[in-house]
Amino acid sequence: MSAAVDMNMLGGALLRMAAGLTLCPLLFGVINRVKALFAGRRGQPLLQTYYDLAKLLRKGAVYSGATSWAFGLGPAAGLACCLCALALAPLGGQPGLFSFEGDLFLFAGLYSLGRFLTATAALDTGSSFEGMGASREMQFAVPAELALILGFVALAQATGDYSLAGILGRLDLARWQACGPVLALTAAALFLVLLAETCRIPVDDPNTHLELTMVHEVMVLDHSGPDLAFIVYGQALKMWTLGAVLAGLVIPARGGEASSMLLGAVWGVAGIFGLAVVIGIVESSMARLRLLLVPRLLVGATALSGLALILLLR
Amino acid sequence: MLSLVELILVGLVLTNLVLLGTSRIGLCIRMVAFQGVGLALLPLLGLEALSPEPLVISGATALLKGWIFPLLLFRSLESAHVRAEVEPYVGYSNSLLFGVAALAVSVWLGGRVPVPGPGVPSLLTPVAFFTILVGLFVIVTRRKAVSQVVGYLVLENGIFAFGAVALRKAQLLVEMGILLDVFVAVFVMGIAIFRINREFDHIDADRLASLKE
Repeated sequence: MSAAVDMNMLGGALLRMAAGLTLCPLLFGVINRVKALFAGRRGQPLLQTYYDLAKLLRKGAVYSGATSWAFGLGPAAGLACCLCALALAPLGGQPGLFSFEGDLFLFAGLYSLGRFLTATAALDTGSSFEGMGASREMQFAVPAELALILGFVALAQATGDYSLAGILGRLDLARWQACGPVLALTAAALFLVLLAETCRIPVDDPNTHLELTMVHEVMVLDHSGPDLAFIVYGQALKMWTLGAVLAGLVIPARGGEASSMLLGAVWGVAGIFGLAVVIGIVESSMARLRLLLVPRLLVGATALSGLALILLLR
Repeated sequence: MLSLVELILVGLVLTNLVLLGTSRIGLCIRMVAFQGVGLALLPLLGLEALSPEPLVISGATALLKGWIFPLLLFRSLESAHVRAEVEPYVGYSNSLLFGVAALAVSVWLGGRVPVPGPGVPSLLTPVAFFTILVGLFVIVTRRKAVSQVVGYLVLENGIFAFGAVALRKAQLLVEMGILLDVFVAVFVMGIAIFRINREFDHIDADRLASLKE
């Protein structure tokens, strides 16, 4: 009996992970569509990111003679980190492939590792321009990471569980009624972290190719072909994973049985795409912040999670 | 009711953080106005039955803090041709970090002060302390006279928050006293800012200290 249930759980988790793997490039399409709608354009096809990825994967990669193995490792290992994070992330209240006590910190750590590898690959090219991008990315990462960890700790404190799946599984309407302000603060902080981690507009502009304004784009300038495809796909996965966590926090649709499992997953996916629409709206309605203001925004996010934690601990 | 009070208190904390993090004086003034209106609701929420006294206090507070003070401050901004930036001595990120630290300290302090009566949310004392600390910090670290007035108002909001829920007897007397006091202060400071600006072409409080006869 329990083995059958375990198989069921495993199958469900694999299905949810497969959904993430296949649907995540669609997020960029949705964001672009929303931006096009605001600007009164027709916009690129919804599936454009898939075409781009297919095109990049068919091409060969060019490696500069000045680079070492660290340059080639960056994209592949970065994608591996994003895949591991996806395996940890619950969707719609159901656990991911793996779940254990304290996997919150692994989740946050995987993103740090991915960022470290990307920044190392950028530095490995020996270009001062890429070094500048890496320096900016790391500067933004410090407050963003703090905000993420503090937010997770606040959630753990609010629910009394130390695994992502446990936390998001225990959040229901009653919990929202009991400590709504805390959860809202954490959700706001996590949203800002998501914008920073996925390099979206108030923090970084994915479309810019002006030398002085690029952050993430600078670091990946020298990658080409499959390597670039890995990076783009990794970004999409990152957005999907963080979106799944945020959607699980904001939409308290829960249930244990098989039918509600499907319902939860549907709600989770709907939440993620809703989030993509929100990101599109944010991107169309505001310009990116001045470079100096970005750390202030992220320190603000840290303050929000810190406030949530303090409200719980008092 | 208690959750609504808590919501207002959390809003107070958030507006304080905005005050610390923003560079725009106009936004600071608006935030203080928001705080004032939120605080004006506080005395009403603790009541079982509606009576005229708290209504008078709330109405006067909302009118003064939500409408007249911002009006006066914006007018003095306009007449003194002040640039829109706050110009702090301590940077915005550091101010925000100070805010978080101050919040932690005030929570610790608030835990040691006994709650002044039944039905008072435990969040009240820390938030009042925090608001007072933020007000003091803004007064000390901002260069412009207008931002210092804003800091003074924040400080006063902190005191009011404490009084609005904790005081049950002679509330009208105390609150009206404080309100009139603040009103006169803001009025006088507005005039002073105007005069200073006319004499010296700026309202930079720092440079006034180096005046010699």
